[in-house]
Amino acid sequence: MSASAICTHRISIVTGHYGTGKTEFSVNLALALAAEGASVMLADLDIVNPYFRSRERRSLLEEAGVRLISSSQACSDADVPSLPAELLAILENRSLRGVLDIGGDPVGARVLARFQPKIVQEDYQLIYVLNANRPEVRTAEAAVRYLQGIEATTGLTCTGIVNNTHLCGETTEEEIRKGAALAAEVSKETNIPVLCHVAEEKFVSALSDLPETVFPITIKMKKPWE
Amino acid sequence: MAKELWKGNEAIAEAAIRAGCDCFFGYPITPQSEVPEYMSVHLPEHGGVFVQAESEVAAINMVYGAAGAGMRAMTSSSSPGISLKQEGITYIAGAELPAVIINCMRGGPGLGTIQPGQGDYFQATRGGGNGDYRTVVLSPSNVQETVDFVQEAFDIADQYRNPVMVVCDGLIGQMMEPIEWREIPKRKLPPKDWAASGRKGRDHHNVINSLYMDPEVCDEHNRHLDEKYAEIVKNEIRWEEVECEDAELVITAYGTPARIALTALEALRAEGIKAGLFRPITLWPFPEKALHELAAKEHVKAFLDVEMSSSGQMIDDVRLAVEGQKPISYLGHAGGVMPTVEEMIESAKKALKEVK
Repeated sequence: MSASAICTHRISIVTGHYGTGKTEFSVNLALALAAEGASVMLADLDIVNPYFRSRERRSLLEEAGVRLISSSQACSDADVPSLPAELLAILENRSLRGVLDIGGDPVGARVLARFQPKIVQEDYQLIYVLNANRPEVRTAEAAVRYLQGIEATTGLTCTGIVNNTHLCGETTEEEIRKGAALAAEVSKETNIPVLCHVAEEKFVSALSDLPETVFPITIKMKKPWE
Repeated sequence: MAKELWKGNEAIAEAAIRAGCDCFFGYPITPQSEVPEYMSVHLPEHGGVFVQAESEVAAINMVYGAAGAGMRAMTSSSSPGISLKQEGITYIAGAELPAVIINCMRGGPGLGTIQPGQGDYFQATRGGGNGDYRTVVLSPSNVQETVDFVQEAFDIADQYRNPVMVVCDGLIGQMMEPIEWREIPKRKLPPKDWAASGRKGRDHHNVINSLYMDPEVCDEHNRHLDEKYAEIVKNEIRWEEVECEDAELVITAYGTPARIALTALEALRAEGIKAGLFRPITLWPFPEKALHELAAKEHVKAFLDVEMSSSGQMIDDVRLAVEGQKPISYLGHAGGVMPTVEEMIESAKKALKEVK
């Protein structure tokens, strides 16, 4: 499935509970959009997480033609909640496709609140990433609560759910299907459509019977021994 | 039980709750802030007490007080914060109280960096506080071990009435891994009849104290502590050996570098180089005898110690254990930089070349 089919809006804002895989999805999405010919900017707006941030993949992204902006250009390891002025480029330059990688939970999504008045004037989608193996969002009730918390904090309306259920190197097809079932339940309760299921390339063909399409990824946020 | 995906720091907090932690006292610092964050939400749900103290010094002294009252008490921090806790830790050791301390290590010295480090080995194993005391130091190298060790740490602390530290570098605290909640082997724990938790009809008050004004009494107290430490050395030493049976080159590493070493081993073995890994799991007590015996084996030609430290700290214990039987080289980075698989392979080859 093409990234453009998932990103039917100019700006995609990627939110969700801690550790659901927002950064892996965002990096893959930005790379896929660029590969499809779009002029893409990825904004790493994670101000709550000190490690495994998309800024760690700067050279990979830039070589692929994705421009990366992150919350502290001068010192990517500073744990200060500073926001890059360049973010406005995504919001104001309508020839760009933007992917916004947001920190986890309502607390991480708070960065969006100050840009809310500008965001609502743009063609955007707010994506909620779901991982059924994360204990705090494994039930539909809890997952909906986090989703609503993010909406309340940002003042933005969620428009799509992404099932990114995995177990790192131990992911199986069944895990992804478990996540698909949870995503369907959350979708039913919230009337927000499921945009896609995220899966490593090797699972894609086996999952073709799922009602929504599968977005193939390759793992970019590797650990130092991988 | 089905596996779940947990972030190291959240898993530490959940493990402590499952181990029956009654009280958590902490202060935020990157890269461990998820521990107090998770505790603040979930510990009260289980009837426990969470306090964000005004400082690390206050937090460790609250642990001292709660432990003295017989509670299962814990604190967590990262390197500079652990430095601040040292006074409290020596008081806890001196007063013979059980307590669990988590150090999610970052690069130093001073404020250093928020990226992972292992420069607190000396502080953890030599005692960062004053006096002749020992802290049991457990070193996990993945999130599963971390949750197992945190649960066990409470039992070890209770069994010996001594502080137990779990040191994991920042990467383990921050990374996501699948884990399962498994049964921790039960220990026979002594009753806390020493706790200052009310007289309850006894003929005496329990007193929590580390002050012994009479030098002879203090000397006697130290002897008693020493006997206890000897008991810990006898019972608690842990390590892991991977492919050491025929290894010519043995990598010594703990925590994340040990994890990276496993990938390096695979690559070295694929090239026909007989490489193994010796991973201390308890940093104190250090697996000295096991390493000494491994060094004595004829097939072992050289050691390569790898740490996230500028010129190495654990390497001193490795040298004491190897006792000059075989040469020891070193690979390390400080300041939050992790050694790479490629560097390890190159250093291993170099170390072997020098002895052949």
